[in-house]
Amino acid sequence: MATDQASTRIVIEPVTRVEGHGKVTIHLDEAGQVREARLHIVEFRGFERFIQGRPFWEMPVAVQRLCGICPVSHHLCAAKAVDPMVGGRTLTPTAEKVRRLMHHGQFFQSHALHFFHLASPDLLFGFDAEPATRNVIGVAMKHPELARQGILMRKYGQEIIRITAGKKIHGTGAIPGGVNKNVTTAERDELLDGYDHMLRWSRDALSLARRYTLDHLAELSEFGSFDSNFLCIVRDDGALDLYDGKLRAIDPDGRLLFDQIDNDRYLDHIVEGVRPWSYMKFPFLRSLGPDTGWYRVGPLARINACTYIDTPEAEAARREFMALGNGRPVHFSMAYHWARMIEALHAIEKIGELLHDPDLQGDDLCVTGPRAREGVGVIEAPRGTLFHHYRVNEDDQVTLCNLIVSTTSNNEPMNRAVTDVARRVMGGQPVITEGMMNAVEVVIRAYDPCLSCATHAIGRMPLVVELFDHEGRTVDRRIKNSC
Amino acid sequence: MPDTFTFLMDGRSVVATAGQSILEAAEAGGIYVPRLCHKPGLVPWGACRICTVRMNDRPCAACTQPAVPGSVVENDTEELRAYRRTLVEMLFVEGNHFCMLCEKSGNCELQALAYRLGVTAPRAPYFFQARDIDASHPDIILDRNRCIQCARCIRTSKDLDGKNVFGFLGRGTAKRIGVNARVRLRDTEVDLTDLSLDACPVGALLRKREGFRVPVGDRLYDLEPIGSDIERNSP
Ligand code: FES
Repeated sequence: MATDQASTRIVIEPVTRVEGHGKVTIHLDEAGQVREARLHIVEFRGFERFIQGRPFWEMPVAVQRLCGICPVSHHLCAAKAVDPMVGGRTLTPTAEKVRRLMHHGQFFQSHALHFFHLASPDLLFGFDAEPATRNVIGVAMKHPELARQGILMRKYGQEIIRITAGKKIHGTGAIPGGVNKNVTTAERDELLDGYDHMLRWSRDALSLARRYTLDHLAELSEFGSFDSNFLCIVRDDGALDLYDGKLRAIDPDGRLLFDQIDNDRYLDHIVEGVRPWSYMKFPFLRSLGPDTGWYRVGPLARINACTYIDTPEAEAARREFMALGNGRPVHFSMAYHWARMIEALHAIEKIGELLHDPDLQGDDLCVTGPRAREGVGVIEAPRGTLFHHYRVNEDDQVTLCNLIVSTTSNNEPMNRAVTDVARRVMGGQPVITEGMMNAVEVVIRAYDPCLSCATHAIGRMPLVVELFDHEGRTVDRRIKNSC
Repeated sequence: MPDTFTFLMDGRSVVATAGQSILEAAEAGGIYVPRLCHKPGLVPWGACRICTVRMNDRPCAACTQPAVPGSVVENDTEELRAYRRTLVEMLFVEGNHFCMLCEKSGNCELQALAYRLGVTAPRAPYFFQARDIDASHPDIILDRNRCIQCARCIRTSKDLDGKNVFGFLGRGTAKRIGVNARVRLRDTEVDLTDLSLDACPVGALLRKREGFRVPVGDRLYDLEPIGSDIERNSP
């Protein structure tokens, strides 16, 4: 990592309660004020290179190994990208609905995981609370019913994944041109069995996130808040669609920057910028350039950018949420939590619709047709818009793979959020306080970054803090167990 | 030698006919002898040594060794299981076997055998050999990364398909499965209906675009260990 000789550098590593490993460096100017904060993602996965030469039908199964938390997003996104390679641009109703069920199950479990296990300690205890209790174990002790609901909601989503993909993690359900199994009536009934609880608990979780946000609105709306563009896919009528749609981007005032852009043309509109200090790219909208073209993705982006939600309860919740912005999109980072729970409710509403759809029991699983040599899949993953792009040679071997994962799109926003928070809590002293470390982690967590694969440790990750003077010498170093 | 006779295997009496191998006789009696290069219908080859048993205290390959009247054979002992585990581990480190990405997963004899024998992680270092893929044929792919050199495709193509599409090239760790053409699989006489395509115990020789069509749960070894079908015939 480069050392900036003209400023003091403060390092916080690793960031806890985000998936994977991260490190934050805070760069002070000579006056001791925060000049810039950087989130370093020590992640180099190499998938885009090492799957070259592999046959394309391996992609849905291979590339999902990027992640242990939302592999289904990669599984489905890769499947969408390779569908054209067997001539399967339009799937059978059964295949499309089984995939959608799998995807909504994934959303439900991922959002439940984030909300109950990772975010709720901050929300329930306040993010300046003692780290020894501000963790999922603390939630389980103090709010056992809530913790139980979190676990069971996650389990429910995982059961949907098991039934549709064959395994709870790293399944094989989606294949080029369709799926390899339908949902039997017995499997459907198993899922319908616990459904009412899930719907009720999703409403409760939403109201918890909503109440927390409204109760703390004054402080939250100042915390990690900045204007940005937003990007997501939407259905052709502008409705929220997590599985399929076309690209839409809005500016900080909510005006359309573009809409209904074919996924195949994503490179006409999005550029992946690079910076020397990070392995992670910094995507931006081509029309606006790197300085103002960066954008946010994920729950906040989707709720801000969609025209409406096509399930009644989530739509009512969206309207109430959007009122916060007074006609503009909602910009503060902590609003992600509320938006995320609107989506969890939407996911369970969609799951209910799908479970009552007899197409799930159909046996027309796959289509084939004239084969293409290139495909782009775009999907809304729990953490935001996800792009998979493959090209194959005449022998069916992958020659090009380009992935833009959600956390990458949120790279610049997370850096901005950390900078904003660091400015607020650094008191002009070149020291790292407990409060600052907490605040930095809390704002990163709002974005639910998946920093690499699932190496999350409950409450036992050490926090290393290093302090450098303006010549790059370490002047202080603290190690402690955090949560 | 009488037409039929018996020998003892792990304390059980097994009936054999003259000329039958230990493996075949055991199988007929409902006893599974682990194997990889053996495939019914092919001339025994004796290459992989997974089927190693002790006959009258002497190690031998059960697939090539004819049964002997009154002999005493050890098969499922800890000593032999340990040998077999080591052999399977050596196959895993020699090739590039990434089960998690492989479409043969769940239907793969090597993987299933590793599970049955309790192989967790190989103790020897991986070779990480550079092996190439021949995807030139429009409908068939040969992925040498996963080849265990059992010669089942070679023998099937020659003896059952009457074609001679495959053959070995090189020796030792450089040994590779080759194709009977100047350069590529597409220039051979191989055909989608060839029996050789179904002879591969691993994911080296495959029909294209069929991967992952069988859902998890319905695959050959999802529900019970390899060899269970044989053991079900146990009297
Ligand atoms: S099965 Fe006997 S040596 Fe391979």
